[in-house]
Amino acid sequence: MDFILTLLGATLRIGTPILYAALGETIVERSGVLNLGIEGTMLLSAFTGFVTAQVTGSLIIGLLGAMLTGIILSLAMGLLSVTLGLNQHVAGLGITLFSNGLALFLFREFYSGATTPPSLAEKFPQLSILTGTALEPVFSQYGLTYVALLCVPFVWWLLSRTTFGLRLRAIGENPEAADMAGINVYRMRYAALILGGIFMGIGGAFLSLAINGAFTHGIINGRGWVAIAIVIFGNWSAFKVLGGALLFGGLQALQLRLQAEGVQLPYEVLLALPYVMTITVLAVTGRNASYPAALLKPYRREG
Amino acid sequence: MLGLKLERAPAPLWLRALMPFIAIALTFALVSILIIFAGANPLDAVFELLINPLTKNSARGDILVMATPLLLTGASVAFAFASGYYNIGAEGQLYAGAIAAAWVGTFVQGLSPVFAIPLMLLAGFIAGALWALPSAVLKVKLGIDEVVTTLLLNSVMLFLVSALLNGPWRDPVTGWPQSPTIAESAQFPILIPRSRVHLGIIVAVIAVIALWWIFKRTRFGLELRAAGLGKDAARFMGVPVDRVMLTAALISGGVAGLAGVCEVAGIHHYLIEAISPGYGYTGIIVATLGSLTAPGVALAGLFIALINRGTLSANRELDVPVYLGDVIQAVLLLTTLAVLLLNRYRIRRVR
Amino acid sequence: MPVLEMRSVTKRFGDLTANDHIDLVIEPNEIHALLGENGAGKSTLMKILYGLYQPDEGEIIVNRQKSVFKSPVDAIRHGIGFVSQHFSLVPTFTVAENVVLGFEDSRLINRDDIKHLVSNTARKYGFDVDPTAVVRNLSVGQQQRVEILKALYRNCRVLILDEPTAVLTPRDAEALFDTLRALQRQNLSVIIITHKLEEVMAISQRVTVLRLGKVVGQETTSQTNPQALARLMMGRSVVNVTRKTVHQAEQLVALEVSHLTVNDNRGLPALRDVSFQVHANEVVGIAGVAGNGQSELVAILSGLIRPASGEVRVKGKPAAFGDPRALDHLRVARIPEDRLKGVVGNLTVAENLALEQIGNFTQTGHLKRRQIDEMAKWLIADFQIKAKPGDRVRTLSGGNIQKVILARTLSREPHVVIAAQPTRGLDIGATEYVHQKLLEQKERGAGVLLVSEDLDETLLLSDRVLVMFAGQLVGEYRADEVDLDRISLLMAGSTVETVSR
Repeated sequence: MDFILTLLGATLRIGTPILYAALGETIVERSGVLNLGIEGTMLLSAFTGFVTAQVTGSLIIGLLGAMLTGIILSLAMGLLSVTLGLNQHVAGLGITLFSNGLALFLFREFYSGATTPPSLAEKFPQLSILTGTALEPVFSQYGLTYVALLCVPFVWWLLSRTTFGLRLRAIGENPEAADMAGINVYRMRYAALILGGIFMGIGGAFLSLAINGAFTHGIINGRGWVAIAIVIFGNWSAFKVLGGALLFGGLQALQLRLQAEGVQLPYEVLLALPYVMTITVLAVTGRNASYPAALLKPYRREG
Repeated sequence: MLGLKLERAPAPLWLRALMPFIAIALTFALVSILIIFAGANPLDAVFELLINPLTKNSARGDILVMATPLLLTGASVAFAFASGYYNIGAEGQLYAGAIAAAWVGTFVQGLSPVFAIPLMLLAGFIAGALWALPSAVLKVKLGIDEVVTTLLLNSVMLFLVSALLNGPWRDPVTGWPQSPTIAESAQFPILIPRSRVHLGIIVAVIAVIALWWIFKRTRFGLELRAAGLGKDAARFMGVPVDRVMLTAALISGGVAGLAGVCEVAGIHHYLIEAISPGYGYTGIIVATLGSLTAPGVALAGLFIALINRGTLSANRELDVPVYLGDVIQAVLLLTTLAVLLLNRYRIRRVR
Repeated sequence: MPVLEMRSVTKRFGDLTANDHIDLVIEPNEIHALLGENGAGKSTLMKILYGLYQPDEGEIIVNRQKSVFKSPVDAIRHGIGFVSQHFSLVPTFTVAENVVLGFEDSRLINRDDIKHLVSNTARKYGFDVDPTAVVRNLSVGQQQRVEILKALYRNCRVLILDEPTAVLTPRDAEALFDTLRALQRQNLSVIIITHKLEEVMAISQRVTVLRLGKVVGQETTSQTNPQALARLMMGRSVVNVTRKTVHQAEQLVALEVSHLTVNDNRGLPALRDVSFQVHANEVVGIAGVAGNGQSELVAILSGLIRPASGEVRVKGKPAAFGDPRALDHLRVARIPEDRLKGVVGNLTVAENLALEQIGNFTQTGHLKRRQIDEMAKWLIADFQIKAKPGDRVRTLSGGNIQKVILARTLSREPHVVIAAQPTRGLDIGATEYVHQKLLEQKERGAGVLLVSEDLDETLLLSDRVLVMFAGQLVGEYRADEVDLDRISLLMAGSTVETVSR
């Protein structure tokens, strides 16, 4: 029982950055943009969050720095893919390669003299709720994890119950129709990108400011790509995306736990599972997957 | 009211010829900010990056070594993209080829290199193509977007490599995650004495020439380009678009696999997890900069290899972090894409 | 006092002047027809009025105030509604969501609220729609009503409909006209874009006629007649097309189509049991309003789609479906509906000329480049294409692109020519050239199937005219017995029994 409860706790912890990133990507993809810049955005945000927190001594300002990074990189993505109408995946990969390079460049520049990996004096604390109950091991989490869980209904509500969400989904499904209805397609796509960028930034910062309290080269380690997979797996719906993030976090937590227990197992199989499952989901649903119809298509008004 | 209007019209020829240079100049202008930030003089850095490596024999050799995987992944990506198939999976396909090389390479002890090396290349090509197969089939048969599936298969491949290296191939003595060393007959010969230039560069050059020859001289190449440039029209004219795209995707995977073979057989002689620092993704940059043509891929591959070698000099001489190279590549990609828009649009003053 | 005025509006696309100093006055409470052939500039003018295009010159005056429409938002704000030919609805949204989209009255979407708002608007104008239905499950006619409802919900005072009956069944079209008359009673003005004279006469009070981007007439409908309007629209009278002597078709059958049935991508029948023959030395024209199955017929005969059932034989040999090359081997020349889908713009003229019969220019996978080049030079000279073999096709004019397609297909002495909209958007010179080439093929012995929205063209070239409506052939006329009134009525969906026999 204890084993399961601690596993659930670890699942939430490990799932949090993925959840943030995947929620962000959900918003962006719903508007018709596939942001492959996500991986790099998370890395650079993790880095800027870390540096800002270290320089200012404030974790909150660090978090804001990471969010700002997410916004700036999303604006760059918007410039390339929305305004200039470039191929979304090449533009997104360009953003990722650029952000990765920049983060590592600056990291080396700032900390080249350091003999030990730099870390924060203080990282985000864990907050226990339900203390004294059996569920305590599950709900001893970082504040940002609770916020992430609250973001799930928020994103659902935003997309399905607000005017903003209706318009956002409309430009992702049929931008021509939205334009005819007087909606500024470009502005809405930028709005989606910015909002998504904030989520991606928090996702990156969660790793450097909460879990690790430090920055390392491999801190993101493909989590952005996982998020892309989870968005598809979750069929572009916030609650199903939560399910995907928990599935991924759970498999990862299980793998770590089994390794720690010394169980001999090719644990990579567990790690690869979410990717394989996503591809399987795509293969099974095929053309019927509820892809936003305008995904990957730059919008240009003719004439 | 006077304003500017973006119009669809091709740029004049002189401007198109200048475009690569505009992109390069723009890139270095942007990156100068980082160089200054790193405490170096941008002009010194440009010298170290672009000129110094060309003046020394050893550095020139290094450029060829570094260009080998880039030319191969660049050719791989160009193959796929030109047919309208957006293969983002060259990275995973490269590792598939590397696994095949590491596996076959241990079997060919005693076999003459004349047989061992082609056998290994063939195995790597097939492995790369096989790793490209699922996405290609899903695309052609079910219309499932290949960008996402090829990208995800990259991650799956990294886990597969890790599982192999931490499982059956783990070095029993040291415990390192490193495959057994391949047979000597399978190791690529060094072409230039006292350098690291190995047979791989020949493989890469042949691949690029093959790309050119197929695109320009064969029926398949014409059909491939037609499918990529206008799917509906190609279909109307009887081009079997799906079959062409599937073939292009498999060749693309195979060529990326060759890059993996070259890294294993030419440099490391065993498989490690860090065999590629993202050559598959850099291949996308190379192919895009080279505008999906063989001469373009050749130039772009060599240019990026030059920058990569140059960042080593700049790192040594000016203490600029080596990651400068990654930033330059990415910025160059983005500026090139932006500058290429000039090819499609023309800014005009309107009343 | 007019509700809306366009003064001297001009729009150019490159060398083409789509609208040349056009004046248009819309009075309150009128149904105004904008009449013209395809390419006369009607849609361009209306897209300017809806803010989708910016005019190069001229002004728009709404309620005596000069207005600039930079985007549809401005147009909507000035009370203009637009129902385009291709509906702008989000298929996955409900009717209510589509209607309020872009014009929501609060930051939150309450499904019950918008349902009521939309129901109220619908009731006010007498519309029968379910606000909770998902749009992709609706019929075309229902979707069109949603589009109109959308404009009404935005309080439009001037409603523009672009070829609204092109996609409708006759019964739906009649219902639409009833709706428009009802709107007129509610003090709306309606602009209806059309190229059908019957519609102008049936529904409008006034009519403005466009030809080649210019206004050529403005009439009160009750004081004009179809013949006069036709003369204005076409620059001559359509009923006076002089027929050349009808060619006595040999009995040799070039193309035989039997019992073709196919469904469109919504699963609705697009072709129902279509059978006909085209003889050698004969031009058979298919007359019909766009969207009555002609596209599907052409797509099958071009090898692009497979029918649900039926058979096609070329000179007695059965043709495989879904395989353009198989048709090419049977010597079926195909001229595509959309010529830009018949050439790859970024390949060269020579490559486009060779690609369809690439097997003839290949040796063990290698291109025979010299032969390709020689063939290209020869065809360029023979078909008077203004281009060099190495030019990219996208740099050519529409007429020259069409010549590339003609050269590619007609130079190989086909048994059958499938010519779909062969002169759409071409200037007069290019049009005459295409006509001449098609007639040459007929003289040489080919069977030509001409599918054109331009009835004038169909009557001019065809030895036999088949009328197509709702996926069926509903009438057949020899050129010397053509009765224009009957054909028009059949095209408009009147049953064969009531028309003749």
